[in-house]
Amino acid sequence: MNLSANDFELFGVPEQFAQDLAQIDARWKDLQREAHPDRFAAQGTAAQRIAMQWSVRINEAYKRLKDPLKRAAYLCELRSAPIDAENNTAMPAEFLVEQLEWREALEEARTAADVESLESQLMKSRSEALQRIGSLLDDQQDAKAAAQQVRALMFIERFADDVDERAEQLGQ
Amino acid sequence: MNVRSNWDNKRMALLQISEPGQSPDPHTRRIAVGIDLGTTHSLVASVRSGVAECLPDAEGRVLLPSAVRYLEGGGRKIGYDALESQSDDAENTIVSVKRFMGRGLADIANRDKLPYRFIDKPGMVTLQTREGEKSPVEVSAEILATLRYRAEDTFNDDLHGAVITVPAYFDDAQRQATKDAAKLAGLNVLRLINEPTAAAIAYGLDNASEGIYAVYDLGGGTFDISILRLSKGVFEVIATGGDSALGGDDYDRALADVVLRKAQAEATTARDKSAVKVAARVAKEQLSSDEHAAVRGTIAGREIDVPVTRAEFDAATKDLTARTMTAVRKALRDAKLAKDEVKGVVLVGGSTRMPQVRNAVAEFFGSEPLTNLNPDEVVALGAAIQANQLAGNNAHGDLLLLDVIPLSLGIETMGGLVERIIPRNETIPTAKAQDFTTYKDGQTAMAIHVVQGERDLVQDCRSLARFELRGIPPMAAGAARIRVTFTVDADGLLSVNAKEQASGVEARIDVKPSYGLSDDEIARMLKESFTTAEADIQARALAEAKVEAERMLLATQSALNADGRLLDADERSHIDALMESLRAITANSIDAAAIDAATESLAKGTEAFAARRMNESIHKALTGRNVETL
Repeated sequence: MNLSANDFELFGVPEQFAQDLAQIDARWKDLQREAHPDRFAAQGTAAQRIAMQWSVRINEAYKRLKDPLKRAAYLCELRSAPIDAENNTAMPAEFLVEQLEWREALEEARTAADVESLESQLMKSRSEALQRIGSLLDDQQDAKAAAQQVRALMFIERFADDVDERAEQLGQ
Repeated sequence: MNVRSNWDNKRMALLQISEPGQSPDPHTRRIAVGIDLGTTHSLVASVRSGVAECLPDAEGRVLLPSAVRYLEGGGRKIGYDALESQSDDAENTIVSVKRFMGRGLADIANRDKLPYRFIDKPGMVTLQTREGEKSPVEVSAEILATLRYRAEDTFNDDLHGAVITVPAYFDDAQRQATKDAAKLAGLNVLRLINEPTAAAIAYGLDNASEGIYAVYDLGGGTFDISILRLSKGVFEVIATGGDSALGGDDYDRALADVVLRKAQAEATTARDKSAVKVAARVAKEQLSSDEHAAVRGTIAGREIDVPVTRAEFDAATKDLTARTMTAVRKALRDAKLAKDEVKGVVLVGGSTRMPQVRNAVAEFFGSEPLTNLNPDEVVALGAAIQANQLAGNNAHGDLLLLDVIPLSLGIETMGGLVERIIPRNETIPTAKAQDFTTYKDGQTAMAIHVVQGERDLVQDCRSLARFELRGIPPMAAGAARIRVTFTVDADGLLSVNAKEQASGVEARIDVKPSYGLSDDEIARMLKESFTTAEADIQARALAEAKVEAERMLLATQSALNADGRLLDADERSHIDALMESLRAITANSIDAAAIDAATESLAKGTEAFAARRMNESIHKALTGRNVETL
């Protein structure tokens, strides 16, 4: 094991989209127990530095592995289909239409109930998209197609942030 | 913020991985303390015979009022002694100094109601006293030094180190100021930890709690809310929020305003401003148990005696309590948790004794908050437990803190907008690299402005530092690739490194900190301070060099005993030679620099060994789990 191992190797989990989140949580804590700078506090600044590098690396990997969108994007990259969202903005027409409708619905939302109904639609779209991504990555081994779905999901996530903000304003 | 221009953090050192139950030097117990540096009170605690307890002063009192009075002729009174003449000598009696740490003049709300003569200094205000200009860092150092002496007297020994607590919502400037104050007080800071996290440690270990807990911490001057997941000794902070300028002081002030209005009086002098606040505070405390209280005192030369009811007090402070609950809701949203998923709410801080605060928390969570530990002491106790473990006294301990950064870090981009580099609530330590390029042919320098906060505009965030990258090799516009790495360590403090990727040239960084003290200022304060004469500084450097050398030798020996098999004969004899030479220098030399250099040689000479050991240990962590799950 070394600092350049990929996230899956570092956490000792299969290199695939489907993951046992409880296992990833447990691994994260096991690894931090070994590497966290607090374990080396009594051993001088030099020992702290190497522990710090490892601890940072473990947190970085954990962040990517536990978040399905980041995990999918990372897998696409490992399989030579980088997301490169800035240069790949083309989306299917029906997807864009749906996005526009959601935006309008959010602008018109006046009550907590309006926002909640939007949230549940979003939740459904999100879980459908994740299912497609999982099947493209794990079953069909089609990283290019998965990358396209990841880009679409990034739109959805960005919109979800706006919905969150709105919900906060409405005082939920 | 600490900016290093050397790209030297790739350097490895020997890692000490103790076998379970075996501390590197079982015969020496290191004296380590936890210090709660509070707005109103400060405490020091330590683990003795396995139990954390607050250390009392000679009169048996554990609380030290966070008050420093500067006397004529260079003397100072600290704690209760300083408070005796608080109102008569208000200008020279500094209380609630924590509210000024790492703050500029403009950051200090209600400063017209404070009895001090502030001096606007870039980044951090100073206070004009009869003993000259004092930085909040120096004032805090007086309090910390008092607690350090208390601990050293208690144990009749030197301190190995201290864990100092800070509000979770403290930004980089406030944390750095706290660390500087500890340095000035001659303390070896093992770690800065967040107050609610410290409370959770004391609470969680005491109650063997598991699950999701909220810690609601309303102190004298700051408010924090942290949501934590507790499992098998791991304290994982999921989200944190708060307000670093909201606390019991503000409740005092609100009540003082009510009193002045009812008495139709005005507090204009330093004495009156202080007197009415002190009187209001006494009444506030009474209103926690009684429905009625009276505020008595002399304001503007006139005796006042104003009755106040709890209902009046509640009405006057409703907005303050509501502000805390808004932060609670936001932290839950950030944690993506519903309030019924929270198993228990812990109340911390003296201000949670107020019934209106307790009721608001109970009503929101729909359950009675947990209060079985003293809200004044719990933070210091948790810090002491962590200090004991960090000092290596508790090798069995499997306490692990995984805390987060409370406020997002970003850099200024075109048009005064903030580009987020590290988002809030990210687990620390963490690092993020960002590539920058030049926009002009032959450009050799560029400026980067680092800010902290959640707003989109630079002007609405706190400016942490401006720095310039210099020495970029001249290239065509856009050809240079400068990788700037932002690292937040386990104390929550930021440091920055930069390197040009294509040429490998290190960019030099010139820092213009937006706040805080430079190393030179710290050195000057150290020189001026009561603790250190020139000879002391040299003696301290030598003692520290020897301790560090001893530590390195013990760690190396223990590593060789455990994993010597990872080395071949040549590697082994090289390390043995380095150890021998360090032992010889430590025994014979009085030159701290020479000892440090030999220690560093040993550290460098064991790099490869350290890396191999860490790899093994990570590998073991994984395979160990595999065996368990089979």
